[in-house]
Amino acid sequence: MKDRAELVIIGGGVSGLGTAYQLAKRGFTDIVVIERDYFGSGATGRCGGGIRQQFSEEYNIILARESVRMFEKMSDELGQDIGFRQGGYLILAHTEKEAEDLRRNVRLQNSLDVPSMYMEPEEALEIVPELNIEGLSAAAYCPTDGVAQPFLVIKGYVDNLRKMGVELMDHTEVLDIKVENGEIRKVITDKGDIETRMVLNAAGAWSRNIAKMVGVELPNKPYRHEIMATEHMKPWLKPMVISFHNGVYFSQSHDGEIVGGIGDPNEPSSYNIKSSLEFLERFTSVVVRYIPIMRKVKVMRQWAGLYDVTPDARPILGPVDELPGFIQAHGYSGHGFMIHPMVTKLLAEYIIDGKTSIDIEPLNLRRYTSGETIQEKNVVG
Amino acid sequence: MAENGEKIVCRCMDVTVDDIMKAIEDGYTDIESIKRVTGLGRGPCQGKTCIPIAIGIIARATKKHPDEVGYITPRPPVKPVFFELLADEEGESE
Ligand SMILES: Cc1cc2nc3c(=O)[nH]c(=O)nc-3n(C[C@H](O)[C@H](O)[C@H](O)COP(=O)(O)OP(=O)(O)OC[C@H]3O[C@@H](n4cnc5c(N)ncnc54)[C@H](O)[C@@H]3O)c2cc1C
Ligand code: FES
Repeated sequence: MKDRAELVIIGGGVSGLGTAYQLAKRGFTDIVVIERDYFGSGATGRCGGGIRQQFSEEYNIILARESVRMFEKMSDELGQDIGFRQGGYLILAHTEKEAEDLRRNVRLQNSLDVPSMYMEPEEALEIVPELNIEGLSAAAYCPTDGVAQPFLVIKGYVDNLRKMGVELMDHTEVLDIKVENGEIRKVITDKGDIETRMVLNAAGAWSRNIAKMVGVELPNKPYRHEIMATEHMKPWLKPMVISFHNGVYFSQSHDGEIVGGIGDPNEPSSYNIKSSLEFLERFTSVVVRYIPIMRKVKVMRQWAGLYDVTPDARPILGPVDELPGFIQAHGYSGHGFMIHPMVTKLLAEYIIDGKTSIDIEPLNLRRYTSGETIQEKNVVG
Repeated sequence: MAENGEKIVCRCMDVTVDDIMKAIEDGYTDIESIKRVTGLGRGPCQGKTCIPIAIGIIARATKKHPDEVGYITPRPPVKPVFFELLADEEGESE
């Protein structure tokens, strides 16, 4: 293991490995990435893989749009099929208010070159003929949204980073960070120490524990989010189907399983990742109501992971004022996989150039003390 | 993928000894990673037969103790269940 590096990245999910990859691509390879367990063992490997541009807020729409452009090229670029499939996202609305929100969001998305469309429930049947439209007020569809396989993305990054000479340490835990005279000096792990002046905190739901090591308080909270997969079937469900009404989402992956979950507004903040029968009951109840033929489909396995949630449901990116060498890359609030390509590219720009092609200032930790937050409303779960 | 004469480890998902050896060469040495890299253990039997075999192969190839290679967290439900047996279709499920 190296005992000195220009940058130490803590966390081997899409945030940490994605940033390492974007940096290495530009020739910045004096990096050590540290992951406590195996790469992708955190939220990333447990994630649904959904990629959507249909957000309610301009900044997120742009990050997602740019990320989709990067996902489109990712399999070729990484030399690894990432299972990217653009079947679109179909959003279902139940009330007049939700229909109005969809109309407003589609207008905003279209003005930013995202080809989403507002539709009447009957029109949604053209996309999912099996849909029961009873009780629906409207739908929105964006054909360039889609899904990819998170673990294949992780594998693509890991394989490329090893070839590019970046040091990857899995099964290694960061225990402490030493600061002297307002500067980072050293990262202490259970396999030895690494001298460095710069640390990227990409530890997902555990980022707040990393921040505590240097005396920085983060507002992030961990929440369990449960998910399941069905038996393998021939392809029949084209889009990811979601509803903000009940927090449900489900799609068919490129290998034929239906993968889906549902948020629970009563879930308390904790590090619990146990699976529950109650989740399966709630999820299947909503799904058979939308797609009655799903009654005859079998649940094969279920699992859970942690959402790393911030007060405004937007990530925290960039340096902290008290300790400029301590850079944040977390707080993705349940939609980190889909925006990570562009976010990690911007972080690499910040680290190499000191400036970014899209301003990341609005996502600085500072916003919580200055009171300048904008809420993202289109969050599932 | 399995071709004539290759030794299959995971019958459900068509994963061979060679697929596992390739993953080890690529630097993956624990069962959780190898399961995800190769697709091993994701078939209808959910790895009941193939995972113990794979752990043995990985342990031998990496000279690790099988415990270090890891054991896959069992994913409930233990038996596949139909949606209709779980769903509450009467209640206020919106
Ligand atoms: C069930 C579920 C479904 C989801 N579905 C979607 C979806 O459809 N689309 C989408 O865009 N997003 C989805 N998400 C969210 C997405 O998974 C996350 O936003 C994203 O993966 C976050 O990546 P990350 O790299 O920030 O965190 P993680 O992947 O959690 O990585 C952080 C890593 O840091 C490591 N770590 C922590 N502490 C230490 C330490 N002290 N030393 C060393 N390493 C440490 C952890 O082991 C972990 O691997 C979902 C999440 C869950 C849980
Ligand atoms: S033999 Fe591997 S999953 Fe069934």
